[in-house]
Amino acid sequence: MRLLVREALLSFKRAPLLSALSITTIAFSLFTIGLFGLVAINMRQALRGVESRVEIVAYILRGTPLESITTASQDIAAFPEVASVDYINEEQALAQAQAELVEFRDAYRDLAVNPLPASFEIRLKDGFRDAATVQAVADRVRGFGFVEDVRFGREWVERLDRIRAVAGLVGVVIGIAFAGAAVVIIGTTIRMAVLQRAREIAIMRLVGATNWFIRGPFLLEGALKGLLGGALSVTIAYAAYLLFRANASALSELVFFRPYHVGLGLLFGVAIGLGGSVVSVGRHLRDV
Amino acid sequence: MIRFSHVSKAYPKGELALKDVSFRVSKGEFLFLTGHSGAGKSTILKLLYAEQRPTHGEVRVSGFLVSSLARSEVARLRRRLGIVFQDFRLLEDRTAEENVAFALEVTGARADTVPTRVSRVMTQVGLASKMRAFPSELSGGEQQRVAIARALVNDPPILLADEPTGNLDERATRGVFQLLRDINAGGTCVVMATHNLELVRQTHYRTIELRGGEIVYDSAEEQPLEQEAL
Repeated sequence: MRLLVREALLSFKRAPLLSALSITTIAFSLFTIGLFGLVAINMRQALRGVESRVEIVAYILRGTPLESITTASQDIAAFPEVASVDYINEEQALAQAQAELVEFRDAYRDLAVNPLPASFEIRLKDGFRDAATVQAVADRVRGFGFVEDVRFGREWVERLDRIRAVAGLVGVVIGIAFAGAAVVIIGTTIRMAVLQRAREIAIMRLVGATNWFIRGPFLLEGALKGLLGGALSVTIAYAAYLLFRANASALSELVFFRPYHVGLGLLFGVAIGLGGSVVSVGRHLRDV
Repeated sequence: MIRFSHVSKAYPKGELALKDVSFRVSKGEFLFLTGHSGAGKSTILKLLYAEQRPTHGEVRVSGFLVSSLARSEVARLRRRLGIVFQDFRLLEDRTAEENVAFALEVTGARADTVPTRVSRVMTQVGLASKMRAFPSELSGGEQQRVAIARALVNDPPILLADEPTGNLDERATRGVFQLLRDINAGGTCVVMATHNLELVRQTHYRTIELRGGEIVYDSAEEQPLEQEAL
């Protein structure tokens, strides 16, 4: 084990330029993935703000007894998709309209009879704000006899769904492409290291070192390069994040990765470092 | 110790490097393989350390059936062999001592035994005073001695030497050859491929001469009684 670590570290010392080059390449590949990830999580964050405004409004027939309304309100609140139900009576609706629709304030003030119906404002839980769920909840609410009409921004919900799907897909595709590129780059740098040490490997084989013994240091080296590259990419990404946040006031609400995202990123670096070395060392040892 | 039974080796293009070669080598024996370049000397050695596999026939070395050895067994076979080449094959960025220790370490020897075993074998090859020298600071003969020390450090019962004096001047050649004779006198079987007939004539060791992949002369066959005893 000590020998394994020593040989792996020696390779850094022997070829510092090559090692630095591979770590930097890994770092920039991961940084590109990270940058996209950062855009993705910030986009999700922004969408979440918009999503939380998705609500269903159920208008209630005039003259419905208060008991029925209370029971229905409790029923709807118990739906698994529903986060909250607010009952807005006629007076509150009018007050709200007067407050929000400034242009019509005068018209509302002179009314003899309040024309606005009472309603339920139903908000859905996080994760249930897609078009299909909204539609299903709306249909269920429509089932109550005293519900006159149900409204929700159907088109708006569907558009949100599409944006989310496209953003997710683009993220996955670009992520896979860059991860693939990173694996190839790491594989190539490890292969260069293997070729550079071909003589040493040949001698190791001659004196009876097992293939695993020969592979060990290269695999450790790949994993270490992946880890260092990952750490470097997190640093660059953080620097980029700070730079954006400092220079654009509109982006002041930008969020950075959570610690577990950073952990995942490092782990991903190790995985691609290891993957690249397994492939190139395996191929070379078969050739010899 | 070593047995070749009707061994042939064809290269991918179809030409034969060895044709129906059979011979045995006993424990503690010293064997010269002679012949011109391309006669098949190196092929025999490569078959012995499982660098190549025979196309036909059977090769047995130190209890291993090399002709059908699993890949994973190759490392175990090589730990029972010492191998020396014309070009020394030392690691330039390590000292003589580290080159020898490397061979022990990669075979998983206990770390606390390494320094003792290395200095013992360096003394045996006459380089106790140059353990810290890098290969570039050593003469050809000295480099070959380091290579021999590396081959011996695992106490192999068989030492294979492919033209070990091919790159050395006359004086160094004599020294290295004497070292191989001493090693053989200690009980190690030595198989040495060479085209230096001077060395062959100096001694009465068994000699197999190859030509075009075939054995054309085996000195052991002139002494049938001795062959029986083996």
